[in-house]
Amino acid sequence: MNETQTFQLDGEDIPFAPGQSIMQAATAHGAYIPHLCWHPDFAAHGSCKLCTVKVNGRFGSSCTMAAQAGMSVENRTAELDDKRRTLLQMLFVEGNHFCPSCEKSGNCALQATAYELKMMSPHFDMFYPDRPVDASHPDVLLDFNRCIMCSLCVTASAEVDGKNIFYMGGRGLLGRRVHVSSESGRLGDTNFALSDRAASICPVGVILPKRRGFAVPIGERKYDKAPISAQVKERV
Amino acid sequence: MKLELETAAAPETLRRVAIDPVSRVEGHGKVTILLDDDNKVHQVRLHIVEFRGFEKFIQGRPYWEVPVMVQRLCGICPVSHHLAASKALDMMLGVKQLTPTAEKIRRLMHYGQILQSHALHFFHLASPDLLFGFGSDMAKRNIVGVVAAHPEIAKKGVLLRKFGQEVIRMTAGKRVHGTGSVPGGVNKSLSAEERAELLKDIYQMVAWSREAIGMIRNLFEQNLAAYNAFGRFPSAGMCLVRADGAMDLYHGGLRARGIDGKTLFDHFDYGRYWDVIGEDVKPWSYMKFPFFKALGPDEGAYRVGPLTRVTQCDSIPTPLADKQREEFIAFDGGSVTGATLGYHWARMIEMLHAAESIKDLLHDDDIVGHELMATGERQERGVGVIEAPRGTLIHHYRVDENDQVIRANLIVSTTHNNQAMNIAVREVAKQYLDGREITEGLLNHIEVAIRAFDPCLSCATHALGRMPLEVAIVGADGTVLDAATRDQRGLTREIP
Repeated sequence: MNETQTFQLDGEDIPFAPGQSIMQAATAHGAYIPHLCWHPDFAAHGSCKLCTVKVNGRFGSSCTMAAQAGMSVENRTAELDDKRRTLLQMLFVEGNHFCPSCEKSGNCALQATAYELKMMSPHFDMFYPDRPVDASHPDVLLDFNRCIMCSLCVTASAEVDGKNIFYMGGRGLLGRRVHVSSESGRLGDTNFALSDRAASICPVGVILPKRRGFAVPIGERKYDKAPISAQVKERV
Repeated sequence: MKLELETAAAPETLRRVAIDPVSRVEGHGKVTILLDDDNKVHQVRLHIVEFRGFEKFIQGRPYWEVPVMVQRLCGICPVSHHLAASKALDMMLGVKQLTPTAEKIRRLMHYGQILQSHALHFFHLASPDLLFGFGSDMAKRNIVGVVAAHPEIAKKGVLLRKFGQEVIRMTAGKRVHGTGSVPGGVNKSLSAEERAELLKDIYQMVAWSREAIGMIRNLFEQNLAAYNAFGRFPSAGMCLVRADGAMDLYHGGLRARGIDGKTLFDHFDYGRYWDVIGEDVKPWSYMKFPFFKALGPDEGAYRVGPLTRVTQCDSIPTPLADKQREEFIAFDGGSVTGATLGYHWARMIEMLHAAESIKDLLHDDDIVGHELMATGERQERGVGVIEAPRGTLIHHYRVDENDQVIRANLIVSTTHNNQAMNIAVREVAKQYLDGREITEGLLNHIEVAIRAFDPCLSCATHALGRMPLEVAIVGADGTVLDAATRDQRGLTREIP
């Protein structure tokens, strides 16, 4: 009865333990499913939809769907990557993502995923939302221009740091984003610390340690060394 | 400097010829010429029609982002902006002395930039005019024509530029728009392999730079009277010099000399540049007109760049370039030092200086060191000045207690040269256009004068000499009397 159960991901057998999601099992095996809001340390959020796969011919989020024996899962097909690219393009135009002068460039999961999926242009018209920069904290800068609403900072601050510094608020496409839960709405008026888990969880360039930008030279940044897909394999 | 031909007395009675855009320069500008019925020139203006807005949109950004963001002003000399901003923010951070490795890596990056930019300008942009003649066959007067007629010269130009860009890549991380210089230092030094790779070719670069000086000298010898007179005008000048008066393209004090050659200020601390430099505005141009405050906006215009630097410094701190400087100043009794086309000669002397400086730095073990950053006592503002390929470049920032930029002022090289370029084109218009039938070849003379300054109107160097050009002769009543258009295929067609 201890026989390892498997499902197929793009024709490859992926072993899994009962209770694991498709994403968890694939990642543990070194197979890359594009994603942004999922993080191995936290419960799946299922909001970015980038990890959408086709299970037995039907679409589903691989981060929330439990792996089952015998599943046939399509992942890196032209059809799915095409849809993922469109999702990325929408994320790029909904925020203000100016990679050329962004200090997260080379270390940014959004940028690395766009390279992985060969996104060559934003395609859609830019929204240019008016989002603030919060520089009130002595050690940490918040640049909401780059927020993709993955909620990882909300989860990390609540579940690991026990501080509930961040929350998702606002309405509508342009209004909804991460907010700071102090009365003033400013990070400087909270007990947020650079050592908090939430300070290092942001996959893009919203939560940044101050006065350290561009310290790592081009060529030595995280995604200079290998594409994001190859890094999943390397970790295994 | 004089204001003759800046504004005609009765412009409504004159017809207008426009060179739009000016080609084989970096960026977008146009020249308008007002002529009367006898083709006598009454007004000539160089307009810069771009609006960039960098000073505004970096407000609110964190200061450490600035050196990377502002370099996007330009694709030709981003290193200059990258370094000027870094220097300004060094001052803001209270860093008075960089580590030896950081300063030498920045200098290496800067000399790489001078080398590639000067090579680009001389070989790709200016040489077609100089090799074929200002009014020569337009179909050949471009870099493709140079490749066909003088392949060895073109090849050296391409490889000189490539080498400079490799120096930039190894120090900044990328050939264009790197991140190597950060406030307080640099983020990388050279590896032993990178150093060896550059050392392999540097002596060839020094040799080719010497040949380039020989080439421009020969051109002067063959056309001395015409070259010396072309767009010539007396001018004040400003540049950085080292404490001993020698040329220093990376750091120093400001030296200014008037039209009469007398020193207006020397070794002036650029941290208070606004005490000596003002900025005037004119209703017909988006570009400001800087001036020496002591002389006022009308009399205080000046020029910057290679010609000013080579003639105003007391020496050049690399031997081959210094010898060339002496020969340049002695040539024909010093006549070329005041010639607008003397810019080309001076630029090639600087290219040699850059190549020699790279060679010296490559032999300095500090460039492979690991002490990259320095710290200091934080200040409210910072000013950074550097001698960019085209001249003195000033960056000035104020940063608040939250690390956000609250004010920025940039005075770029081409802005300093605004009035000087205007005067040069007026001189050429008087010399060549006055009373003559306008032809494409004659109009190119105007562009030759502008190109001598190597203006960076921003970044559009891919025209390959087949500049889109529209010339319209408009009668006093506003009707188009004659017009010609040259399109991207290099064809000229008359419009009835």
